[in-house]
Amino acid sequence: MSNLAIRTCGLTYHFGNQKVVDNLSLEVEKGSIYGFLGPNGAGKTTTIKILLNLLKSPSDTVFIFGKEINANRIASLKRMGSLVEQPAIYAHLTGKENLVNRCILLGISKSKVAEMLKLVGLTDAASKKAGKYSLGMKQRLGIALALLSDAELLLLDEPTNGLDPNGIIEIRNLLSDLANNYQKTILVSSHLLNEIEKIATHVGILNKGKLLFQGTVSELQTFNTPIVEIITDKTEEVARFLTTKGYEVINPGISPIQLPYQSTEETGKINTLLIQNGFTVYSIHFVKKDLERLFLDITKTN
Amino acid sequence: MYALLISLKSEFYKSRKTLAFWASILLPIVICSMVTAGFYFESKKIIAQNFPSEALWMMYSGSILGVMGTLILPFYVIFTAFSVNNIEHKNDTWKSLFAMPLNKFSIYTAKYLYAVLLIFICLMLFGIVNLACGHLLHFLNNGFKFNEFSPVTILSKLYTKLFLCSLGILSVQFIISLIWSDFLKPMGIGFIGLIIGLITASKHWAYAYLIPYSHPVLVLSEKKEAATMPIFTQEVYTSLIYAAVLFLTGYFIVLKKSVK
Repeated sequence: MSNLAIRTCGLTYHFGNQKVVDNLSLEVEKGSIYGFLGPNGAGKTTTIKILLNLLKSPSDTVFIFGKEINANRIASLKRMGSLVEQPAIYAHLTGKENLVNRCILLGISKSKVAEMLKLVGLTDAASKKAGKYSLGMKQRLGIALALLSDAELLLLDEPTNGLDPNGIIEIRNLLSDLANNYQKTILVSSHLLNEIEKIATHVGILNKGKLLFQGTVSELQTFNTPIVEIITDKTEEVARFLTTKGYEVINPGISPIQLPYQSTEETGKINTLLIQNGFTVYSIHFVKKDLERLFLDITKTN
Repeated sequence: MYALLISLKSEFYKSRKTLAFWASILLPIVICSMVTAGFYFESKKIIAQNFPSEALWMMYSGSILGVMGTLILPFYVIFTAFSVNNIEHKNDTWKSLFAMPLNKFSIYTAKYLYAVLLIFICLMLFGIVNLACGHLLHFLNNGFKFNEFSPVTILSKLYTKLFLCSLGILSVQFIISLIWSDFLKPMGIGFIGLIIGLITASKHWAYAYLIPYSHPVLVLSEKKEAATMPIFTQEVYTSLIYAAVLFLTGYFIVLKKSVK
């Protein structure tokens, strides 16, 4: 029996003439937290909508728990909870009423409402109209709606959007808890690499509809080596000097000068070397690659 | 069937605080109260004309039906069709509704049936409040002689016919409101349809029955005799055919609808 919660085989989707998902082959293992990364407009939300059968996929391209989605729509949706884009909530109903309405539609007991409100920290705002909620509160309510059915597979589209740092940490811990202690499979999309790295077990990177990378977080690290950035008074001279000393300058002649990061000690040595040779160092620090740079590296490697 | 029932229950739950729901209850009460107040304050003049009880009932009910049937009912139907769909457009909740493990036919049918139910409640209340207010007038001033004739049969037939005739308009407006999320298109198209319906029906155009918006006016322009007035007339059949065809068309639109 397949160990995959989600499998897409060469999935392609067009909006009119525009190809938004291009030959996508996702593989999401049961029990994993799959970070679905990509910049805005990469096709993440479209893919999630296809997985929920909101957008019709070609037959035999999308499988949920081994079953083809178009032929098994209701059975598949029964096993999924979702949050897509902005949370879909009725503004004229209170937070509690939104959850009760979802209980009615799911045919489940309303007793879970209080538990969900507590879980996402909305107990005190339960009787307030959802239209008057802040963006963060709406997002929390959206997460509660997704969790309400106790589904095996959660599809969460940028769930930390609009949350403050504490809220982001709480949601991150909640997702880890759901995967580790309740064996949920979670696909969580984001455009922030560092956010995903903290919780995901697996990562898929999407750009312009194409899957550039898919694998475990440790496999991703091979592409994501940090770099040292140096800002000095003489960019070109320093770059030449470092090259003669055996260092690999990634971007010769451009400020800040970039070198592959080796260790803290090595960074200190570079600093000392430059100062001893009469260069003024304004700043020297190590940075992790942003998503854009990572894309470039992955694309180059591919 | 279970999916349809829970969808219907959810429609009631989420719209019970909206204007469309309360309008179905308040419209009959407000309109009948206003006409009743008019009759009460003009009671001397009306009683002096010494109408027989049946004519008095027809005059009183005609005042309610005239305002309601030709103008308010079509607008209420247009508004109900808009409101039932707009609740999803406005809150961007089509995506969560269609991501529920329910078949699309149940979700769509529940929305349509809920709109039908609101119109049914509204017209049933119109009938009940119409009768009750007539008897209230008699109670307040027994010179009216509302007690000498029972208008139950004729009013039941008229309100039933109006209900059946509203289904054609509802189905046209339901599809328009399903496709477009804005307020102006369904209201604008409905308003134009209503004007065309009013003109063609009042000018007795032979093919007016083919225009759904003319059906309530056609019903109200019929000769009102309790014993002989049939319920299923040409405009009622046409309205039901429109309703059936457009209901199925709406379902195929839902099936093809992509939630972008």
